[in-house]
Amino acid sequence: MHASIPAPLIAMNGVYKTYTLAGETLNALDDISLTVAKGDFMAIVGPSGSGKSTLMNVLGCLDTPTRGQYLLDGAEIGKLSDNKLANIRNNKIGFIFQSFHLLPRLSAIDNVELPLIYRGISGKERHAMAKEALQKVGLGERMRHMPNQLSGGQQQRVAIARALAGRPPLLLADEPTGALDSKTSQDVIELLKALNEEGNTIVLITHDPKVAGQAKRVVRIQDGQLSEERSAAS
Amino acid sequence: MKLTQGVKMAWISVRAQPLRTLLTVLGILIGVASVTIMVAIGNGTSEQVKSQLQGLGTNMLTVNVVGRGAVTSIKADDVKGLTEVSNVSSYAPNISGNVTAKAGVKTYSATVNATTPAFMDIRDYKLAQGRSLMDIDGAFKQKVAVIGSEVVTELQLSNPVGSKISLNGTPYKIVGVLASKGSTTNGSNDNVVLVPLETARVVLKTDAIRTIYVQVDSEKNVDRVQTALEAKLQQFFRGDENSYNVFNQQDLLETITSVSTSVSTLLTYVAAISLLVGGIGVMNMMLVSVTERTREIGIRKSLGAKQRDILFQFLVEASIIGGLGGIAGVAVGAGGSKFVGKLMQSPASPSWEIMTIAVVFSMGVGVLFGFLPARRASRLHPVEALRQ
Repeated sequence: MHASIPAPLIAMNGVYKTYTLAGETLNALDDISLTVAKGDFMAIVGPSGSGKSTLMNVLGCLDTPTRGQYLLDGAEIGKLSDNKLANIRNNKIGFIFQSFHLLPRLSAIDNVELPLIYRGISGKERHAMAKEALQKVGLGERMRHMPNQLSGGQQQRVAIARALAGRPPLLLADEPTGALDSKTSQDVIELLKALNEEGNTIVLITHDPKVAGQAKRVVRIQDGQLSEERSAAS
Repeated sequence: MKLTQGVKMAWISVRAQPLRTLLTVLGILIGVASVTIMVAIGNGTSEQVKSQLQGLGTNMLTVNVVGRGAVTSIKADDVKGLTEVSNVSSYAPNISGNVTAKAGVKTYSATVNATTPAFMDIRDYKLAQGRSLMDIDGAFKQKVAVIGSEVVTELQLSNPVGSKISLNGTPYKIVGVLASKGSTTNGSNDNVVLVPLETARVVLKTDAIRTIYVQVDSEKNVDRVQTALEAKLQQFFRGDENSYNVFNQQDLLETITSVSTSVSTLLTYVAAISLLVGGIGVMNMMLVSVTERTREIGIRKSLGAKQRDILFQFLVEASIIGGLGGIAGVAVGAGGSKFVGKLMQSPASPSWEIMTIAVVFSMGVGVLFGFLPARRASRLHPVEALRQ
């Protein structure tokens, strides 16, 4: 049974993130070990201040662990330079943020093209990739709209398209439904589920149990420590 | 990231804050415009001075006799010997003085030049009507005069050639009229009356030659001729060097050019300071912009923008502002220098070189003063930037 398990996408081993505030040290991440297989759909839940955001930042290579080993798609993250980290974020991770984080002065398609620009993909190919991603999230007709001409749910779809466009191995969603009403939230979750069905690995951070309940696997973080709540097997 | 992408992104940001961009561009504009105007005026003035002096002839030497010491003056007979120097192509002794010219009831104070026929050629006078002085006029002490155009108008001579003019009471016959030469730094050239040297005693009450204009065959021999003339003059005046001087037109030209160059350099420095102030304006704007757009920078970084991508984007923005200011400044400067040129009645000539340099330089100012803010932006930590 164990013989055919492929190499995991995420492998964290004894990861710490320590902050020093007013002379006191605080372990925002306290000995985290976590593996996420390719094709998984995992939710990380926890109250605010539990270390959720720190874990998200470390997983997303926006920040590096103070101590411990983090392998993303086989690459050791801990010791990389800023530029290498930027490269990893560009190629391996698609971010979906709670407040969408679209650039207000760029149209939907220009927003989606942004990570591809930084990857150095030429105009025509970039445009085609961005168009395809927008069509996948059902916004093929609104490519030229500016973010303020789109509803919250549509903006989040643009953000998802932006995360998808470069076909990264990992989609990282930080409270993707936090700014949306419950019906739109469900649409977004359905979209994420569909993307997972297509083989995308998704890690989602939420405090909403209804959202977490739809993931294949749920882990809980509390005081910087991780515990498995429900795995796909159970 | 490619340049076109960077320019496109930067342009979107620059357009997003039109008023702020406009004000910052204005700062650069004023600097560039004032540099352009200052240089144009400086160029115009020095070109004007040069052309005026070249009107006098650059390969000309002027011997001035001050007349102190044992030998006080040169007589007409001495001139030939004194100017017997190789490379002298021609010479004209001259005695000048102010006289009251009278025709009918009109009087006018004119400058009489008692001289030889070569004078007109050396001083670049052209004849408009009649004839010029001739050697034979001198030989027979003919009381004939060639008069400047200003004398004609001031005395209201409707048909000057052939009519009479009285110079300090002595009647002279007008045989020719000079073409107008305009004014130079030495005053008007057109209020002259040329009479034969030999009649000087009659009208000017003296035959002591004060000036000899010496024309040298080519500009490169001027210095050599000057030395030779000085040697002869020293001998003539028995070693009294204070009795004479030999004046080199080229020296004057160089002096005036260097004065006007240093004045315009000074003005350009002053103008450059306003460009510096404009640059500080760019820096200020970019610093505010970086602070305001921290979140944008965070988003870009999370999507994979490297430090150099962010740096590049902000530098392009700063250089666009600088470049806009440069182009607008050159346009305003070109118009302004025409206006000031008219006001000062000196032809301001805006130079294309300076304009091109001004645009490139102001883009450089943008990059220079944009660098610190851009580097600050590029070094923001993505997590902290996104938290904004």
